[in-house]
Amino acid sequence: MPELIAKSAIDAGPVTKGGASLALMEPGPISSIALYAHGAEAGAKGLETLGLSFPAPGQSQENGAARILWTGRDQAFLIGAEAPAMEGAAITDQSDGWAAFSLSGAGVEDVLSRLVAVDVRLSAFAPGQVVRTGLNHMPMILRRASAEAFEIYTFRSMARSAWHELEEVMGQLAARGTLKS
Amino acid sequence: MRIDGKGIIDRTRPVSFRFDGREYGGYKGDTLASALLANDVRLVGRSFKYHRPRGILTAGSEEPNAMVEIHGRTNQTPNVRATVQEIFDGMDARSQNRMGTLRHDLLAVNDYVSPFLSAGFYYKTFMWPRAFWERVYEPIIRRAAGLGSLSGKHDDGSYEKAFAFCDLLVIGAGPTGLMAALVAARSGADVILAEENPHLGGRLIDDAGQIDGEPAALWVARVEAELRSLPNVRIMTRTAVTGAYDNGTFGALERVGLHKSARPNLPRECFWRIVAKRSVLAAGALERPIAFPMNDRPGIMMASAVRSYMNRYGVVPGKRVTLFANTDAARDTARQLIAAGVSVAAIIDPRADASSVEDCPVYTGAEVIDTRGRLGLREITIRQGGEEKRIETDCLAMSGGWNPTIHLTCHMNGRPQWNEELAAFVPVEGAVPGLSAAGAANGTMSTHGALAAGKAAAEAALRHLERNVAEVAVPGAEDAPYAVRATWAVEGKGRAWLDFANDVTVKDVRLAAHENYASVEHMKRYTTQGMAPDQGKNSNVGALAVLADATGRGIPETGTTTFRPPYVPVSIASMGAGGRGMGFAPQRFLTSDQASRDRGAPMVEAGLWYRPSYFPKPGETTWKEACDRETTMVRTSVGVCDVSTLGKVDIQGKDAARFLDFVYTNMFSTLGLGKVRYGLMLREDGTVLDDGTTARLGENHYLMTTTTAGAGVVMRHLDFVQQAFCADWDVRFISVTESWAQFAVAGPMARQLLAGYLGQPVELPFMGVAPVQIGDVQGRLFRISFSGEEGYEIAVPTRYGEALFRDLLARAETMGGGAYGMEALNVLRIEKGFITHAEIHGRTNAFDIGMVKMISAKKDCIGKAAAQRPGLLGPEREQLVGLRAAAPITAGAHLFRPNDKVELKNDQGYVTSVGYSPTLSAWLGMGFVVNGRARHGETIRLVDHLRGIDVLCEICDPVFFDPEGGKLRA
Repeated sequence: MPELIAKSAIDAGPVTKGGASLALMEPGPISSIALYAHGAEAGAKGLETLGLSFPAPGQSQENGAARILWTGRDQAFLIGAEAPAMEGAAITDQSDGWAAFSLSGAGVEDVLSRLVAVDVRLSAFAPGQVVRTGLNHMPMILRRASAEAFEIYTFRSMARSAWHELEEVMGQLAARGTLKS
Repeated sequence: MRIDGKGIIDRTRPVSFRFDGREYGGYKGDTLASALLANDVRLVGRSFKYHRPRGILTAGSEEPNAMVEIHGRTNQTPNVRATVQEIFDGMDARSQNRMGTLRHDLLAVNDYVSPFLSAGFYYKTFMWPRAFWERVYEPIIRRAAGLGSLSGKHDDGSYEKAFAFCDLLVIGAGPTGLMAALVAARSGADVILAEENPHLGGRLIDDAGQIDGEPAALWVARVEAELRSLPNVRIMTRTAVTGAYDNGTFGALERVGLHKSARPNLPRECFWRIVAKRSVLAAGALERPIAFPMNDRPGIMMASAVRSYMNRYGVVPGKRVTLFANTDAARDTARQLIAAGVSVAAIIDPRADASSVEDCPVYTGAEVIDTRGRLGLREITIRQGGEEKRIETDCLAMSGGWNPTIHLTCHMNGRPQWNEELAAFVPVEGAVPGLSAAGAANGTMSTHGALAAGKAAAEAALRHLERNVAEVAVPGAEDAPYAVRATWAVEGKGRAWLDFANDVTVKDVRLAAHENYASVEHMKRYTTQGMAPDQGKNSNVGALAVLADATGRGIPETGTTTFRPPYVPVSIASMGAGGRGMGFAPQRFLTSDQASRDRGAPMVEAGLWYRPSYFPKPGETTWKEACDRETTMVRTSVGVCDVSTLGKVDIQGKDAARFLDFVYTNMFSTLGLGKVRYGLMLREDGTVLDDGTTARLGENHYLMTTTTAGAGVVMRHLDFVQQAFCADWDVRFISVTESWAQFAVAGPMARQLLAGYLGQPVELPFMGVAPVQIGDVQGRLFRISFSGEEGYEIAVPTRYGEALFRDLLARAETMGGGAYGMEALNVLRIEKGFITHAEIHGRTNAFDIGMVKMISAKKDCIGKAAAQRPGLLGPEREQLVGLRAAAPITAGAHLFRPNDKVELKNDQGYVTSVGYSPTLSAWLGMGFVVNGRARHGETIRLVDHLRGIDVLCEICDPVFFDPEGGKLRA
């Protein structure tokens, strides 16, 4: 019987420069949960088993390794836990569709300001907040995980471009850091 | 000449640079202009049209004369304003727009023939012979009248673009801006303070005035220190706000590394998009020249610039200075020079009633009427009453008053208002929503007035933002009246320049009026006034005043041209930062990418994806040899091809089948479990949108596939249909394109390959789907074919894609098969008559492609009604046909009856796809021919003028290979 070896979206080791660190994440399973009309109650019951509830627009919730991110109207991504059996929602496996990076450190706001056109300043985008937007020209789900850490989810096939652009921006910021005046 | 004890340059850090090949010294903080003036270099450039020797007029970004090229290792940047460019060690600056040396510019001959070169000269002179314009006249004129030059090489410098957000954007950090920023910062608002200079303070530094009885620089330093200590303030120096756009968005250009020698990754510039809830325009005002005869010589400069050079850089631009000014405020220039020990030869004031208290000769009611000194000012002639007098001087400081810097307020079509007392245009409140102009930008000319206005503007903005306002006292400062009396042009012999940058004189504007280009917009275009890199910052109001006078109207009646973004020149490189080369678009890579490259496959772009074109074998010298071999391989053994790029949409819900019936022309609600069906999708206008197969995976669970190019478009279409027409249906869908890697396994040995690999017999009927287990991995097996052979597609979660591809390939190779690329895939599908977006290109409908019967009569669908409109269903339509030829044919060629003349009116159709079929030993094509389905068997002439191809073809059925489909269903 053949044995298939799993590969990650890209081979890339952690990078730290320009006041920020970029690393690949292994977020575990990702499931899209799309509530049907009148499915909210049944959906909530299913999520209860994970200690989570359906997130409000632009928000996320976390319980241990499991987190759930709002990703659209009546749609959320459950990440880090297998989707529980659930009435009232269409569940679709998205585990292999997304490359996940963590971006952290004091320079994280500067890095994001180069590639993200929406306001994700630390003062405007609280921990737990989520936005679906672009990472330069690539689709992205962005979540602020903690004080100085963000999770970036982008199309798996674009992971190389996404990593390259983030790294390039970090390099430019590092070079800016060498300017005294 | 450098003087002691003045300026904010760092005299402990000398800097060495080159100008036109000669070494000069300056200090850190010097601009190229200040350093050249410190070295007594007055001649810096040549004018645009007449190649007149020019010096430095201003000390800011509005500079019209002193433009240079900066040469770096890999960059050559033209039209850099010497008044903005800071010097750094090793900087290589060169003068531009000259032939020969700067001192002996051969094109200065233009100046001697200038009587012939007035406005409209080209239009009148180079009319004949007509054909000469493009090939002879224009190149010569462009060579003679020009700006800097480019290297012709790629600019491989680093550039950045960035986004910023704030409650209050303060544009300009002079007294108004500093005060506004301080009030807003202390009130807790998020503030961005943007200043185009490297330092803060604006004219507080330039004029070396006093605040609260202390040097103003001390107050500036204190405010700067406080602002820098606050977390809610971002100070952006070297950043010019270039444009005002919708919803509080501003463009801004930051000079990041232009004041340093190049270093790796350091951006040269950053183009910012700043989104502000409110904004204060505190950009100050620009001093305006006076158009007196021969007013363009090196050494003649703005009075405010003379003060800036003295107080910013400790540089005095002359040894014997004269002042020609029409305001009380400008007199300070003379007082400061005298205090610094510089000789002031005369003050010339056109106001007869002006005071004369200064400690030097003062001529009131007087004007400068001529100047001398070809490469630098030597002498001026003044006229007082009927008397003329010559005065020796090497620097004439002039001031015709001030124009508020209203540019940004015009960017959204706001028109400024004429203010008679100031003799200037002032902004209209609300011209840019959320922005208020304050201080000198709003016509408040005293320092005290500016400080108070800055405070008031910030307070008003804070009230709009519903924030508390911190109490900040306005410090004491000069509050003298401005007292201007308009002086635009001085009558006399000789040319009087209005627009230095474009060599437009008073005479040119009067000529425009005389020739009836009397509207300000026409005058501008006829004379080119205001169309140079300085965009009329120095000349617009003066030219307008001369035009008003020449046409006997007032200035308000004459109106003004508008200002458009950008406020200062913006490099395209900064706006397109990151987009050079491969940065233009994201790249999408297949899981099989490395395996394909390992086999030497060249990649082609399909959408953003990179797909293997073909897999060359040793001995093959052309792509066609590989393509022929791969095609035959699939027809005789087995081929493997990565088809993961096709769009995949997971569709669920009890209304899923109903939804599919609605978006597809054909019926899907009758599709059995474990079955796949081909579907056709129309746009609302009845044109074909996309095609593909949809599989039924469960009771209420479907998997739709789209074309590669159509994946995004179809997803958008599905979202639209659901949200607009059936939001209440229980159907949910999401793209799973990225989630699955999928490979076609096709050919007579495909089943054998899969059975061996999976270790079990494969008994899937044609158009069937079933789950499949590969070790621990759950996959899906489809029996579908795009080649006409017995074909399967096997899908696994993307992470296993590379492993599966390598396994399948290894097996195929042991069976005499192998990988096939896009070229062979294309030939296989043409042989079979399968369409792609080459055929469904956005102008063809179901009738045209021979699929009108797929529009089900039993139900409605998107596009059905529109597809049945008259004119879309008849013999007049160009219909899909096959083409067969013995010689090479090309897609894009047009088709003609053999005996017709090859011209548009005889056009019978066109070719969309071609390929050489090794199976049929013929060139095959697909195309569209008028009433084509009724013309099978007819000979038609294929003409491709671009590639020089002219071949007779036979029109046939588009399905060349296995028309009964026996092989598919085997």
